[in-house]
Amino acid sequence: MSDKTFFIKSSPHIRDKDSVPKIMYVVIISLMPAAFASIYYFRMKAVALYITCLVASLATEAIFLWLRKKPMNSLLDGSTVITALLLAMILPPSISLDSAAIGAVVAIGLGKQVFGGLGYNIFNPALVGRAFLQTAFPVAMTTWVPTAALKVNTATFATPLGALKFENAVAQGTLTSVKDLFSGNIGGSLGETSALALLIGAVILLCKRTIDWRIPTGIIGTMTVFTGIFWLAEPGKYAPPLFHILAGGLLIGAFFMATDMVTSPVTPKGTWIYAVGIGLMAGLVRLFGGFPEGVMYSILFMNMFVPLLNRYTRPRILGQRRAK
Amino acid sequence: MRTKTFPHGIHPPEFKDLSKDKAFEVMPAPEKVVIPLLQHFGAPAKPLVKKGDEVFLGQKIGEAPALFSADVHSSVSGKVLSVDGYVHPLGKTVLAVTIQNDGEDRPIAEMETTRDPFALDTDIIRKKVKEAGIVGMGGAAFPTAIKLTPPKNKPIDVVLLNGCECEPFLTADYRLMLEYPEDILNGAELVRKTTEAEQLIIGIEDNKKDAYQLLKDSAQNSTTEVALVKTKYPQGAEKNLISALLGREVPKGGLPFDVGVVVQNVATAKALWDAVSSGKPLYERPLTVSGMGIKKPKNLIVRIGTSFQEVADFCGGIHDEVDTLVMGGPMMGLSQWTLEIPVIKGTSGILVWKAKKPPREFACIQCSRCVDHCPMGLVPTQLVKKVKYNLLDDAEAWGILDCVECGSCQYICPANIPLVHWLRLGKNKIISSKRKKSA
Repeated sequence: MSDKTFFIKSSPHIRDKDSVPKIMYVVIISLMPAAFASIYYFRMKAVALYITCLVASLATEAIFLWLRKKPMNSLLDGSTVITALLLAMILPPSISLDSAAIGAVVAIGLGKQVFGGLGYNIFNPALVGRAFLQTAFPVAMTTWVPTAALKVNTATFATPLGALKFENAVAQGTLTSVKDLFSGNIGGSLGETSALALLIGAVILLCKRTIDWRIPTGIIGTMTVFTGIFWLAEPGKYAPPLFHILAGGLLIGAFFMATDMVTSPVTPKGTWIYAVGIGLMAGLVRLFGGFPEGVMYSILFMNMFVPLLNRYTRPRILGQRRAK
Repeated sequence: MRTKTFPHGIHPPEFKDLSKDKAFEVMPAPEKVVIPLLQHFGAPAKPLVKKGDEVFLGQKIGEAPALFSADVHSSVSGKVLSVDGYVHPLGKTVLAVTIQNDGEDRPIAEMETTRDPFALDTDIIRKKVKEAGIVGMGGAAFPTAIKLTPPKNKPIDVVLLNGCECEPFLTADYRLMLEYPEDILNGAELVRKTTEAEQLIIGIEDNKKDAYQLLKDSAQNSTTEVALVKTKYPQGAEKNLISALLGREVPKGGLPFDVGVVVQNVATAKALWDAVSSGKPLYERPLTVSGMGIKKPKNLIVRIGTSFQEVADFCGGIHDEVDTLVMGGPMMGLSQWTLEIPVIKGTSGILVWKAKKPPREFACIQCSRCVDHCPMGLVPTQLVKKVKYNLLDDAEAWGILDCVECGSCQYICPANIPLVHWLRLGKNKIISSKRKKSA
């Protein structure tokens, strides 16, 4: 008769090796190609912006965790680092460091911690930070500089989308080439410029099945169809779909922002509706709205619908009668 | 042709190499057996013996008091030491008959062999199955006689045999298919006969191709089909097996009867055959002893009532640092706190290992992996949240009662949330409040 006792636990007794920090670290690694491209194009300013955003984000999170009496090891789960990196990547490189820091505080504080921290926020935190900065510092947020590689010395510089909307680039024939959009040697936000670098990161995320493939497919597909219809109707007035996919924040939005798990739906049908909604709204703003870029607002807009989508797009249960 | 399968599910590592090449060893009967009177789904059996009685091998010691119950038989010959409460693998105290083995295995005189079981009347077959105390050997221990008596308004046209053994570590069903293919096929034929079904299909996962080939060759002169299904957990769950092999869906809240199907485990088919052809009641069962904590993993035929301690000793004993003991498979098995519990009719496996340190639990990040892998099409993350906030009516409307507790969601959850624990809690609360209302 042995006295050996064992621990009792609820089944299942085995689990998969993946964990939340591991997922976060895969995302951070997938952002590295775009981060390196941004440092190549915008040199020390890029490094300074990354460091500022990281420090401000981690500090804000630490203060909130301390105030809420939560364990500090949440700082290590990688989610704050991702928000900091993404925020820096969607800011104009010429923005002042203190404005960037304010943006980070708002992103983590108002975008994430007041809702309850990781898993509870409704809006994408980095986008909340950027939206705040857009309203608080409108001039700084719409001033662009050329890349160091361009060796041009101008006080103001247009982004491809800015040229499209405000300088009639299609009619003038000065639409940024696909080659430039890929390499990133153009004006734009810190991490948005190089489509190639972003696509490398996207491949990593898709291969590791970290993101839901439906989201980028839905966004890029809808954008293509929407802009394609107008371009086919009036090619002299509208830019082709490929331009719209590679320019501006669409790639970073489709693969890195909209795919944020906390702020996207959990059901397959809901995810498609969410993605198509983002593509549609972004297309509407780009073609007919006041801003040259619409991806940020369309993601925030669709984030609002996620709880509703989760509630009303339940998948069919095995054995449930199919709707006639 | 693509191998048949069902939507979603997970691919846990199999660990079957530990025991899949070990042929069955018959474990000698222990000195003492403790036979609980509840080893099946339904009401406990009523004891027919008392302290001091002399019993024979295979003698009925417990009588089913209701339809939803099963008879219990002695697994040794000897003297009844006590009829008392004993700790049961389910965690509660259950009345059990403790018998001192006299070592002679004297069988009860009434064990009769039948020359041609297929010539018997179906009612006689059903009676023999019931009298032998046969229950589902896959783990759920549903009284088989009830499955063989489908209601008149639910005609059966297909019998499915579950040879999937989708749980990691377990290899007993696999070895049974390799070593006793004819008995399994004959048992399956009896099921077909008693349910008056037309088709008989045996489903085997494609990680057991040799068993598939052997059964296919053995069945070639009959109309029995042997089909391969994709190796995926939980392929052996009956609703998913029916969906994969036949494309039919058991209606929400219903049973396989409702789509004209009866599902039986291969071990049940063999036990059924033994009962009808040689009158042998269910007093021993095949099981797998495995896990990193057991010194010599084996597949054994064990007498009901043998303690887990003795089984472990027969397998070389356990390593010193183990801390987890599971009855069944690692996905749905019941965790036990001591080795002093008896092997019962539903014990398909005994697993021992040292668990890793419990990982840190995070808040749900809504990654939707649980939704992508739930074989029943549920949204586990939302159901768990509803249980946590006591929104049980909502949880029921969202299908929590359809959860089969397979564990796929908790396995894949990167936030390490104990989803099945919450789902079970919610289901239990809902079911007990329904019982109170109808009481």
